[in-house]
Amino acid sequence: MEAFKTHTGIVAPLDRANIDTDAIIPKQFLKRIKRSGYGQFLFYDWRFDKNEHENPDFLLNREPYRNATVLLTRDNFGCGSSREHAPWAIDDFGFRAVIAPSFADIFYNNCFKNGILPIQLPAEDVQQLFEKASVPGYQLTVNLEKNFIADGQGYEKDFEVDDYRRNMLLNGLDEISATIQYDAEITDFEKNHKIHYSL
Amino acid sequence: MGKTLYEKIWDRHVVVQQQAQPDIIYIDLHLIHEVTSPQAFDGLRLANRKVRRPDRTLATMDHSIPTTDRHLPFEDKIAEQQVEALRQNCKDFGIELFDLFSARQGIVHIIAPELGLTQPGQTIVCGDSHTATHGAFGTLAFGIGTSEVEHVLATQTLKQYKSKTMAINFNGKLPIGVTAKDLILALIGKYGHDFATGYVLEYRGEAIRDLTMEERMTVCNMSIEIGARAGLIAPDATTFDYLKGKEYVPQGQEWEAVLEDWQLLQSDEDADFDRAVEFDCSEIEPQVTWGTNPGLVVGINSKVPGPSEVAEEKRQMIESALAYMDLEPGTAITDIAVNTVFIGSCTNGRIQDLREAAKVVAGYRVASGIRALVVPGSQSVKQQAEEEGLAEIFMDAGFEWREAGCSMCLGMNPDIAKPGDRVASTSNRNFEGRQGRDSKSHLVSPSMAAAAAIKGHFVDVRNWPIKVGEGV
Ligand code: SF4
Repeated sequence: MEAFKTHTGIVAPLDRANIDTDAIIPKQFLKRIKRSGYGQFLFYDWRFDKNEHENPDFLLNREPYRNATVLLTRDNFGCGSSREHAPWAIDDFGFRAVIAPSFADIFYNNCFKNGILPIQLPAEDVQQLFEKASVPGYQLTVNLEKNFIADGQGYEKDFEVDDYRRNMLLNGLDEISATIQYDAEITDFEKNHKIHYSL
Repeated sequence: MGKTLYEKIWDRHVVVQQQAQPDIIYIDLHLIHEVTSPQAFDGLRLANRKVRRPDRTLATMDHSIPTTDRHLPFEDKIAEQQVEALRQNCKDFGIELFDLFSARQGIVHIIAPELGLTQPGQTIVCGDSHTATHGAFGTLAFGIGTSEVEHVLATQTLKQYKSKTMAINFNGKLPIGVTAKDLILALIGKYGHDFATGYVLEYRGEAIRDLTMEERMTVCNMSIEIGARAGLIAPDATTFDYLKGKEYVPQGQEWEAVLEDWQLLQSDEDADFDRAVEFDCSEIEPQVTWGTNPGLVVGINSKVPGPSEVAEEKRQMIESALAYMDLEPGTAITDIAVNTVFIGSCTNGRIQDLREAAKVVAGYRVASGIRALVVPGSQSVKQQAEEEGLAEIFMDAGFEWREAGCSMCLGMNPDIAKPGDRVASTSNRNFEGRQGRDSKSHLVSPSMAAAAAIKGHFVDVRNWPIKVGEGV
């Protein structure tokens, strides 16, 4: 997994609450058996009309947002299905960080496994960022080493993130390798743990 | 101080506990399906890893498969590839697969309980957010992403932080003619669909104790729709009666032993929940969602609300939901006409659901111009429904009778609602485009969906003239 230390990029303000994973990536694209190439389908029903033409009004179809790398959005982002295709699509489109007042559980967790930093900020701060990001091309630096975001024009704000997850992202660690080091403990546990059937 | 049921199950599964890190917890049963697993197997191959416990892993196909003819080639080539990939992966890694023509095939959350694989006190995970269904047995069950699927395949464990706990106390009895689906929709409607983010719920109270296992599964199934990680119901006599004699459940002396153990799986009297909610059941009506998330729901005798009736910060959401759903505020729910009816899914695709729908349907015909589908949750549900004559009731009335699968719950297979279609659906999500681009979903119980199919619009099924037993 790609490590995340610090990143600067254009902010795309997607002003909508409760964006669910069906909206992030509709189901017809979940049949692919690979992990890459989902960026073209991100927010598909909003980005494209029924004839597969780009919808010119949609934020990510406009300059400079095609090159945005920080997604700013509202409450409960990523609710619904557990599909990891959602962070895959966000990542593949080019986003490295998502800022919102709240995230759905599974999605939040999935982000860290894919090198995306979800940043939870109080609603007032998110509102303030929406105002700033109404200027096209507004950029933010996301610094995970020191846990702050800044716009280089005087705005700076700390954010909180759990140390364990932070460390995983900073170092691009693979959780499976880490767990496998406890193989002996798992084997011991299995000796005493009762399950009433095997398949 | 006492422990909650959640804490008891958790403690039984902690393998490694470390400061400032999530615990490593053991997973007793890992369910996999064709959509969220291929990339996990790819990851294993890349790293040269094996599946640690194929004997704790079960695969089936449900999401993208056709519910009509399943002989290859599929109409949908990409779905076919996905099915082939699962076959190959199960073969390569030694995992049991209930394949398309198996009598045990079905929606993953339907087949595990019906075989007795879901047992109290276990941990169960699946790359699917409705895994919470299994919580009805006092089982800690939750959905995971594909990276975690790979983690479980490789290690039979997960790294997890403990969630906060919330008691949902349902007080009073459910009124007659009101179902488990209405109960959970009413709860989500009252508190909103992200209310329980970060929590594991325990559903308690008289109304829950009165429910059958199938109804309890309907309640737990929708835990994710209120934002929760999982939902639990403590096992009791209803649970044990349901499990007794099921294929994977111990028999004889061993049964007595497990029963003793399972009876311990209760929250202690003095257990402390992080939060508790009291919910009065006596006023619940049959529920119909009108918006684009499951929390936008009202009783059948209500009207579609308007933006002015809600708090300021909700207005935008309500307006966009009304626009998508093409509904005017003030419209009576009973005046909403549908052209598609879907009965099925892991929420309401079990035999009791089909029985309740068939009771309404018997002796009637589907209204003209309506496309109505019944998709049993598993092959075993299908077979039982055929033996009981339910299939015939549905087909005589003009419903399509299908093979088991997820079908129009998410429209990944050819069962897709068309743009503009308005669907009465027994599934669990009414998000924009969920059942098909630009289609409009209204979530209801099976009997409400059946009545809508007959009348062509929503009606209060409590007043339905049942014709069963009148010589029909
Ligand atoms: S029936 Fe619907 S909710 Fe249930 S597993 Fe299938 S797609 Fe998911």
